[in-house]
Amino acid sequence: MSYSALFFQLVQNVLVLLAAPLLLGWINQCRAWLQNRSGAGMLQPYRNLIKLFHKDAVLAHNASPLFRATPYILFACMWLAAALVPVLATDLPLSPAVDVIALVGIFALARVFIALAAMDIGTAFGSLGARREMLVGFLAEPALLMVLFTASTISQSTSLITIVETLAHKQFVLYPSMTFAAVAFFMVLLAENARVPVDNPSTHLELTMIHEAMILEYSARHLALVEWASALKLLAYMTIGIALFAPWGIAEGGNWNALPFAVVLLILKLTIAGAGLAFVETMSAKMRIFRVPEFMGTAFLLAVLGLLTHFLLET
Amino acid sequence: MNIPLTSQLINMCAALLLLIAFAMLSQRRILSLINLFALQGLILAFSTALVAHTSNQHHLYYSAGLTLMLKVLVLPWVLHRLIRKLNIKWDVETMFNIPTIMLVGLALVIFAFNLAAPISQMAGTITKSTLGIAMASVLLSFLMMITRSKAVPQVVGFLAMENGLFFAATSATYGMPMVVELGIALDVLVGMFILGIFFFQIRVAFDSLDLHHMEKLKED
Repeated sequence: MSYSALFFQLVQNVLVLLAAPLLLGWINQCRAWLQNRSGAGMLQPYRNLIKLFHKDAVLAHNASPLFRATPYILFACMWLAAALVPVLATDLPLSPAVDVIALVGIFALARVFIALAAMDIGTAFGSLGARREMLVGFLAEPALLMVLFTASTISQSTSLITIVETLAHKQFVLYPSMTFAAVAFFMVLLAENARVPVDNPSTHLELTMIHEAMILEYSARHLALVEWASALKLLAYMTIGIALFAPWGIAEGGNWNALPFAVVLLILKLTIAGAGLAFVETMSAKMRIFRVPEFMGTAFLLAVLGLLTHFLLET
Repeated sequence: MNIPLTSQLINMCAALLLLIAFAMLSQRRILSLINLFALQGLILAFSTALVAHTSNQHHLYYSAGLTLMLKVLVLPWVLHRLIRKLNIKWDVETMFNIPTIMLVGLALVIFAFNLAAPISQMAGTITKSTLGIAMASVLLSFLMMITRSKAVPQVVGFLAMENGLFFAATSATYGMPMVVELGIALDVLVGMFILGIFFFQIRVAFDSLDLHHMEKLKED
């Protein structure tokens, strides 16, 4: 492992940590603009985090150590996932340790812990949220895996770095299978990050909430970590999407000169992706919870279709 | 993988056609269904023009123009007018469990791909690999006609099936002779008008466009 690779990894780790709340703020700002509101500003998530870190944590009497440990586990998982995805450079020391299947495993680990913590206190809302989260999760996971398998069959590898290098390096080729995969991936992204058609991220008051129902019992620094983890998860999903479907301009290997360009391009891509997400969220109405399996079933189906069209059209 | 760009674009269009076929299969609202049908026609016209450009088959340009005129402009306009007159614009259809239909659709796609594989090996056209998708969209439109209970979506399914057949003809043999194509286009147009009249008759007789009522026609 060279020092430059280590440096790239460090840059990416710090960058994702700091950029995640900003991305969330940008999306919220876009949503506000689209809904004719003035919005709280792009820095609002940072202010929320600072406020929460200054407060004293309140814990339920019957909270077990699992409940206390979960925010840290969640935060670590999401940070690791966001740091693994090659978006700036393809020479990351951490990345070879984890392929796409393990990446899905990291998300699953975080999901299991947050669901257990939600049931730990024993409130009705917590276990309700945990059950719904598991319902969405077990349908979203196979769809996500199929999307990643489609990319893997194109590049003949499950390593994220190889996938990105294959997709970015070759001459421009249209992959019909990736269209299906992109649509399926976007649906998974909406479901996994509790965005509007599936869940509403900006409410604590609805009976249909999923993610918020699980974290109702958290406060102060625990809540801050959980929310920061959610922002990191959104960033991780967006960067996976960018890595799979728009990997152009990444600094290949450890190319120092390409790094500033890669950073600028990444910011541009994230800005566009965030605005697009806000637009889709504003345009769609929230689904009934029992429509969610249908939604996720469609995502899985599209991912499988992508795999099938790959074998029909691209071999 | 070294396929020329136009060929890649045709493959892309084929994939989009399949995507739209599935979207139509799962669509509940009649208005969106008609818009999807128009979009399908647009992609079909575009891909036909591409095939014409790549293979230097000039009669395919006429086919593309005809598709654009008929399936993107005239038929959706007629359908829009019909549902406005029938006042079923916001009709939401109840049908079978959508995930089940989608799974059946997936099985149909696999079946069609397998069926088309030996045929496309024999074909000499540049679009031979898209034959499987064309057959799949025919079968999917057929499935849509079977699973719908109302009249308008069934007709849209019928028109979408014709789209699929047209695409199959283009991808397997660079299109049918012009006479045949004109004949089919006229048939579809006239069929559409007759079916439009039927809609009114059905509604006058049963007060609804649900075709399940027609099963009770026999005298006891």
